Amino acid sequence: MSHGAAPPVIEARAIGKYFGNVVALQDVSVRVHAGEVVCLLGDNGAGKSTLIKILSGFERPDSGTIAIDGVPVNFASPRDAFASGIATVYQDLAILPEMSISRNFMLGMEPLKGIGPFRFFDEAKAGAIARVELAKIGIQVNHLNQKVGTMSGGERQSLAIARAEYRGARLLILDEPTSALGVNEAAIVLRHVIRARSHGRGVVFITHNVRHALPIGDRFVILSRGRVAGEYARADLDETTLNRLMGGGAEFDALQRELAELNAQLARADLPG
Amino acid sequence: MPSDTPHHDAAQVALAPSRLRHVSLVRRIGDRPEVGAAIGLAVVWLFFAAVGGGSGFLTARGTASYLDVATQVGIIGTTVTLLLIGGEFDLSIGSMVGFSGMIIALGVTQAGWPLWLSLLVALLFSLGYGWAVGTLVVRTGIASFIVTLGGLFLLRGATIGFSRTIANQPYIGGVRKAVGNDLLVRVFSGELIPGLNAGFAWWLGIMAVGAVVLTRTRFGNWVLAAGGSPSAARASGVPVARVKIILFMAVAASGTLLAAVQVLSIGSADSFRGQGKEFEAAITAVIGGTSLAGGAGSIIGTAIGALTLGVVRQGLFFAGVDFDWYQAVLGLMLLVAVLINQRVRTKARRG
Repeated sequence: MSHGAAPPVIEARAIGKYFGNVVALQDVSVRVHAGEVVCLLGDNGAGKSTLIKILSGFERPDSGTIAIDGVPVNFASPRDAFASGIATVYQDLAILPEMSISRNFMLGMEPLKGIGPFRFFDEAKAGAIARVELAKIGIQVNHLNQKVGTMSGGERQSLAIARAEYRGARLLILDEPTSALGVNEAAIVLRHVIRARSHGRGVVFITHNVRHALPIGDRFVILSRGRVAGEYARADLDETTLNRLMGGGAEFDALQRELAELNAQLARADLPG
Repeated sequence: MPSDTPHHDAAQVALAPSRLRHVSLVRRIGDRPEVGAAIGLAVVWLFFAAVGGGSGFLTARGTASYLDVATQVGIIGTTVTLLLIGGEFDLSIGSMVGFSGMIIALGVTQAGWPLWLSLLVALLFSLGYGWAVGTLVVRTGIASFIVTLGGLFLLRGATIGFSRTIANQPYIGGVRKAVGNDLLVRVFSGELIPGLNAGFAWWLGIMAVGAVVLTRTRFGNWVLAAGGSPSAARASGVPVARVKIILFMAVAASGTLLAAVQVLSIGSADSFRGQGKEFEAAITAVIGGTSLAGGAGSIIGTAIGALTLGVVRQGLFFAGVDFDWYQAVLGLMLLVAVLINQRVRTKARRG
């Protein structure tokens, strides 16, 4: 894809993150342009979640820099990232089951009414916003004061995505948003990613599922053991290649051979005689 | 995330209107923890009205006496409840009552400060202490239970130490004489009705503010979120650390308020005052339906819990039961309340 002269919406340069003596990330650089879906792929423990926590202000990097529109920033918290138009759907969704739908939706940016010290949470406005935004994503709720804990898993996922869409005007980060979903729910999520892209937002999409990544990704960044193991444009990939890359290339080939060998052994054992 | 997705037909989930069955008003009211607490209060009140009514429990003076006990624990119980809902605990609030009282008394009797200055110094100290404890907890991640256990002994020991060093005894008297007819004396300890001082009005005020803040403001929403799940709250843009520090400061400040009420109504400061109050405050909160796990609770429930403590304590007195039994009854009440609240909560979750 061509992006003209505009700097990326977000660019992480040479990010390093260490937990004690464990190297979570080392020299990782990623950039996302407006209207681009970047798929972040890699095995469990490859550093995907750590990287998006850094991009969304949840964790601070130990080295390296983050730039928004080419300007270096220093996020102290996710609140700062929201202010830059970056919103994230975390794997655990970051919603509170004991809290109502509208309060969850507006958490951290509650609309207020009143003056000075007498400013109160505007429940009606929060409900109206939540209702409109949830309708956009295809959820109709009867009672916005209903506890989120009473919603189904798919509805919670959709709530978290609708909330991130409402907040992330520039960049949406989705951490395995389809992994717990059925086929139809996953399709709805993917449609949202495509819609967000067409609205000119950048999207970082993390998944294990090649079938979900391939149709929507513009670029594919492979993380392995905390490092960038490769970066590919959509045109350079097909499903088999992507599968191989996600499994770690050579290791994936080795696994294939091992499975073939195992099958052969089992076949021999089954032979009468 | 509880993985309850498999129960649903995937196609239906995302598009169907949410499936909420109708729950009767009676049932919804019954699920509120305050209601159970209120029923408990009614039961103990009726009990002591029956057994202690003849000896003065039902008189104005008897009523004032249990309202006064409720005030003592209710003032700090309100802020302690907010802190519990915010997911933290303060074991040092009782010691703070003693320490603040000592600052106020030493200020007016030894340093010769005017009363307003003594109160201000005590307040500033407690706010600073609350800030320091809160910062330590959120920065290091050490359990607030441990940090404030340190605070409990630190403050209590310092209170006794200062008192003995400066006045050669663990209590400071002569406060009334030193402050004379200061207007602030009436503000904090003026008599409302015989046996009940201005502290009661302060309690009602704090209770009202606390209840409104918790249920009607952005900060209240943040408190609930910070206690419910700190990481989800932070990921949603809630400044969790700041919320918790503010709560620790509010708790400590309420300790100073209670100290002002006590010192000015009794006329002295005692190094051992406030001892055990940290537990009584927690008990009132739990009786009122506040969860020690954080994320849920009620200010009104705590008020009911404080009244229950007052009724039981004075009820035992009017019934002629030896005061030694008070603690045993308190412990029993706590256990009963916890069991009932747990049942209510499990039921509410099942719907």
